[in-house]
Amino acid sequence: MSRDSTSKILSVALLLCLVCSILVSSAAVLLNERQERNKIEEKRKNILQAAGLYREGEPIDELYQQVEPRIVDLQSGWFSERFDPVTFDSRAAVKDPQLSRTIPDPLDLADIKRRAQFKAVYLVREGERLQQLILPVHGKGLWSTMYGFISLADDLTTVRGFSFYEHGETPGLGGEIDNPNWKRQWQGKRIYGENGKLRIEVVKGTVDKSDPDAVYKADGLAGSTLTARGVNNLLKYWMGEDGYQPFLERLKKQGLEP
Amino acid sequence: MSKARDVLLDPIFSKNPIGLQILGICSALAVTSKLETVLVMCLAVIFVLAGSNVSVSMIRRQVPDSIRIIVEITIIATLVIIVDQFLKAYAFEISKQLSVFVGLIITNCIVLGRAEAFALKNAPGMSLLDGIGNGLGYSIVLLLVGFFRELLGAGKLLGFTVLPSTNDGGWYLPNGLMLLPPSAFFIIGLLIWALRCWKTEQVEEEN
Repeated sequence: MSRDSTSKILSVALLLCLVCSILVSSAAVLLNERQERNKIEEKRKNILQAAGLYREGEPIDELYQQVEPRIVDLQSGWFSERFDPVTFDSRAAVKDPQLSRTIPDPLDLADIKRRAQFKAVYLVREGERLQQLILPVHGKGLWSTMYGFISLADDLTTVRGFSFYEHGETPGLGGEIDNPNWKRQWQGKRIYGENGKLRIEVVKGTVDKSDPDAVYKADGLAGSTLTARGVNNLLKYWMGEDGYQPFLERLKKQGLEP
Repeated sequence: MSKARDVLLDPIFSKNPIGLQILGICSALAVTSKLETVLVMCLAVIFVLAGSNVSVSMIRRQVPDSIRIIVEITIIATLVIIVDQFLKAYAFEISKQLSVFVGLIITNCIVLGRAEAFALKNAPGMSLLDGIGNGLGYSIVLLLVGFFRELLGAGKLLGFTVLPSTNDGGWYLPNGLMLLPPSAFFIIGLLIWALRCWKTEQVEEEN
C-alpha cells in the first residue's frame, strides 16, 4: 500500500483521531473532579475574602460554613426560594431570556447590557442577627468585565470589604484593583447617605481626608482612570434602583425574617 | 555523541528559535510580565515540543504527505489540551493567569516548525533532544524577558519584593511600560542585539 493512497490517508487520519480523542477525553474526565473543586473553592475564597473572613492556610470548606447563600429576586426585592442557592449559576441566568432582561440604555451605568432577575447573595450571621451581607457585582472596566463581591455590615450601608475575583485589566495599572492597599481603603466607606441616597463614588486621585464627605469617596487608581471609572459605575448601578437598593431598603425595614 | 549534544544545545544560543528565527514571539509578549507564569509556560512548551517531536518522528514513515500538517497539528493540539487540563487541575491560580495562552501554544510556530524541520526527518531519540533543546532556547529568552519585566515593572522577582515600590510605601517607582506587552519587544530586541554582537555569524547580510 503506497503512502499516499486514499485508503492509507483515511486509515492514518482515522487512527490518529481515535488515539488523540481517547487521550484528550481521558484527561478531561480524569481531571474534571479536581477542576470543578478548584472552581468552587476559588469562588468561596473570594466570598470569604470580601467578607474579611479568609485566613491563609485554613481550609476553605470550614471557613465557608459561616456563609449562607440565598437567592434574591431583584424584581420583587426580596428572597426567593425558586432556585437552590448552592447550584444557582447567575452567569448562566444572564444569558437565559426567561431569567434576565435587557437594561434600558440610560440605566446601564455598568455597561453590562443584560441583568439577571435572580442573584445569589451570601449572608454571614450570628444566630438570627445579620452580621454581613455579601453581594456579587460586575461591570465593564477598561478592557474587561470585572466581577467582584462587596460585603456590607449589618447597617447595610457600611462597606466591610470589596474585591474583584475576575478581570482582565492591565497588570500594574488597572490591575491594581487587586492591590491590598487599595482594597483596604474600602473598609468603613458608606454607600448611602443619611436619607438613603446613593452617595458612594470613586474620585480621581486620592480622597482629601479633611473632606466631611470623605466617607462616601474612595481613591481612584493612578494611571488607570478608566478602570476606576468602571468601578465607580458598577457600584452606582448595582447599589442603585435597578440593582440591590430596593432589596436592601426592604431588608433594613423588615429584618431577615418577614 | 557530539551530534546529540549539538542537537540539544545548539538551539539555546547558536540557533535560538526566538533570537535567530524570530519564532514564538506572541507568547513571549503575552505571558512575561511575571516570572512565575513564565516558568509554567516554559515547562508547558518544553513538554509539548518534546512530545510532539517524538510522536511525529515515530509515525514519520507512515504519514501520507498530503495530510502531514494536519496530523502534526492534531498531535500538538492533543498535547496542549492535556497540558491545559492538567494546569487547571493542579495549578489553578497560574492557569487562570495564563488563560488563553496555554491553548495558543498550538499556534506557536516553534512547535510546528520543529515538527516539520526536524522530527519528520530524524529518529525519535534525536527528535526528543531537539524538542527539549528548542524548548530550552525558548525558555531562556522568556526567562530573561520575564526577569526584567517583573523586576523593573513591579520591583519583584517570583512575587518576592526586591525593589520596594512606592505603592507599598517603598522608594522604587515602578516602570509601568514594563508591564505592558510592548516592553517585551524592546527587551527581545536588545537581547537579539546582544546575541548577535556575541555570535557575529548570526548577523544577516545587507542586500
